[in-house]
Amino acid sequence: MTVIRIQTEDFDAGAEIARLRAGNPKIGAVASFVGVCRDVNDGESVATMTLEHYPGMTEKALAGIVEEARGRWRIDDVTVIHRVGEMKPTDQIVLVVVASGHRGDAFAACEFIMDYLKTRAPFWKKEATPSGAHWVDARETDDDAAARWGAGERNVA
Amino acid sequence: MVKLLYFARLREDLGTGAEEIALPQDVTTVAALRTHLQSRGGAWASALAQGKAVRVAVNQTMVQNTSSIGPDDEIAFFPPVTGG
Repeated sequence: MTVIRIQTEDFDAGAEIARLRAGNPKIGAVASFVGVCRDVNDGESVATMTLEHYPGMTEKALAGIVEEARGRWRIDDVTVIHRVGEMKPTDQIVLVVVASGHRGDAFAACEFIMDYLKTRAPFWKKEATPSGAHWVDARETDDDAAARWGAGERNVA
Repeated sequence: MVKLLYFARLREDLGTGAEEIALPQDVTTVAALRTHLQSRGGAWASALAQGKAVRVAVNQTMVQNTSSIGPDDEIAFFPPVTGG
């Protein structure tokens, strides 16, 4: 099963993992990733961060990314939760959980989903810093990370 | 009528998040629509200028500039994505 949620409220990674594993004896491995709001970005201190998204397309893009992962690895349940709205340093932003029979598939699929999410899912971050609020620039290194999986199109021009 | 959506920095620069327009007959691709919108001048000309990194989705799927568009499409313009 795939669960995709876009929400303003925080999430409980432990509870999400427990829910995903519940009563499924085929699962031998669970890999998870939590993305967190930092207090410094590109040398500037960050007071708050606001995440905007494209309702409708976001869910579709994430579902497509998970489907692509399912085509590449043997994985069972997947949960992707991404928060939107205002966040502050130490707040959780994103959760990806992948369950599989074996760890190799779970690790790889979890990293793949994050790499593709960073370069293909329509989210945008705006940071409030001492020098004012500004939109975060996309990173070439995120495109490089996605390219390792064979991604052709790049996010940054 | 096509539905046009603008997100993030582009929404702020253009001063609008959504609009509906009738597509001129010769505007049949993403690239042609971008040029059409640039011709409004001002913020439209600068925010959508050729050198600017602008991503486009048609009916909520990311597409290339050469993709064709139809009269009932939902077309979104936005900067490179920065989620996660």
